[in-house]
Amino acid sequence: MSGAALSFANRRKFSNYAWVGLSASLSVGIAAILLLIVLYVVISGIGAVNWAFLTQVPHPVGVPGGGVGNGILGSTIIIGIATLFALPVGLLTGIYLTLFAPRPLADVLRFAADVLASVPSIAIGLFAYEVLVAPFHHFSALSASFAFSVLMMPLIIRTTESAIRLVPIDMREAAVALGATELQTLFRCILVAARPGIMTGLILAVARVTGETAPLLFTAFGSQFWVVNPNQPMAELSLQIFTYAISPYKIWHDQAWGGALLLILAVLALSLTARLLFRGKTTASL
Amino acid sequence: MPARGLGRHAFMSIVKAAVAVFCLVLLGLFLVLLVGSWPSLRHFGLRFLWTSRWDPVANVFGGLPFIYGTVVSSLIALLLAAWVGILSALFLAEFAPRQLSGLLGILIELLAAVPSVVFGLWGLFVLAPVVQNVIGPALQAVFGFLPFFQGVIYGVNMLTASLILTLMIVPTVMSISRDLVAGVPGRYREATLALGSTRWEAVRYVVLPMVKPGVFGACMLALGRALGETIATTMVIGNRPSISASLFAPGYTIASAIANEFTEATSNLYISALIELGLLLLVISILINAAGRLFLARISREGGPA
Repeated sequence: MSGAALSFANRRKFSNYAWVGLSASLSVGIAAILLLIVLYVVISGIGAVNWAFLTQVPHPVGVPGGGVGNGILGSTIIIGIATLFALPVGLLTGIYLTLFAPRPLADVLRFAADVLASVPSIAIGLFAYEVLVAPFHHFSALSASFAFSVLMMPLIIRTTESAIRLVPIDMREAAVALGATELQTLFRCILVAARPGIMTGLILAVARVTGETAPLLFTAFGSQFWVVNPNQPMAELSLQIFTYAISPYKIWHDQAWGGALLLILAVLALSLTARLLFRGKTTASL
Repeated sequence: MPARGLGRHAFMSIVKAAVAVFCLVLLGLFLVLLVGSWPSLRHFGLRFLWTSRWDPVANVFGGLPFIYGTVVSSLIALLLAAWVGILSALFLAEFAPRQLSGLLGILIELLAAVPSVVFGLWGLFVLAPVVQNVIGPALQAVFGFLPFFQGVIYGVNMLTASLILTLMIVPTVMSISRDLVAGVPGRYREATLALGSTRWEAVRYVVLPMVKPGVFGACMLALGRALGETIATTMVIGNRPSISASLFAPGYTIASAIANEFTEATSNLYISALIELGLLLLVISILINAAGRLFLARISREGGPA
């Protein structure tokens, strides 16, 4: 009798340890995979990264050397233009839906931002192609910027909203009590207090598109040359990595790892910056 | 005074213009894809969804192999990611010491920030050979009697794609579930423990059921992410438009088909068929995500588990 009871208790204890152990090893395992991937990329890529790699254009197959300089420049230009477009639209829409929109309209806009956030990037690439590539019969960096800005907008809208909501209502009331107009309250009080949150959203949005490749395939298209004209096909770092990786040449595979190292460093640095900026405040909605 | 009113008026006009641009982008997205896929929609009708002949030369397009590949790879990824994600969420929220929990949480969430082209690169050169030489033969030795694990083992195949997708969506399941579990008030655990339960029993039978709809919602969001993933899948799934029961055979997904073939599509019908695939993907993703958000909203509207 007591033996049976004891074995039942033992079984429950054992199952307790087994499940806790399993959950511990799974979470450590997944975290280890991240470190493994980063480590692998560093080890495989570090050999390819040097001054020439950062500053030269790709060489033809068989010619050693060459780099991803034009890709880095292209990424900067494409993401820069995308930000110029997405930031005002996203920021102002976020402000409108939080502070000015009547209730049902605010709900509709919030829903719209969520819908847009869940659209796969490849579909947004098709959209950009149909709107900005097909009518003009040539690929362009501008169309890539447009696709990226569509990807960034919902993120910026939702982070702007949550950043503004985190500003205590007392602060707003204090500003109004001091005689500030609605716009003065907005610009000198609410937006100042919400700035770290908005910056976090912006950085996360930039990080998101920095790691994005799919829409570029039929918008920016890629290029072997230095291109600064946004109306032309342009090289982009993540696109170059993709092209090199699926090529059959060992020498290009090495360059792909080098590019991946640059890309992963950039994206992780952006994500960590965003985290530090917004430390302690919830980012669960992102 | 009038000057101030004018300033507000001007500002509100700018704001409303921005909102209009945003709405236009969203509506334009649907409209443009619908118009773009119209020739294919009219030509193939619903047949497009369940025929599997994809023949650009004959201008005949059936999307079934891509739909099959997308659904199967994403569902396998979800199955694995749900287990791994929920269990690690429980560990981080319930069992781990605070500092370890914080560190592991950051690492797992950073996994979500790794660019998909890097996942693809790693999957292609590191994971694919492991699947071909280690995981594949092992699965075949044990479960070889099942049709899923028969036939020649390729390196780039459905299984490799599913595994990469799993890694990409685990952070979504983990971080949402962890926050939900951590939000359950302590008194429920204490009451259960006081009744003589083990810590696992308290978590499994009391805490987890309270946040079940939310965890389910997190899984839906993760599924949405897996369905739309393009570059990583394209690099490791093998890109062969055929339906095979074996997970060791190459497959194809909707997103990869668009990525690989769109710039090479020559006929208008071909382009239109690819855009229809994109429209299909868009609709499915939005529905899945909306369902996920609905489940999550249920949890937060009830003010967490009361």
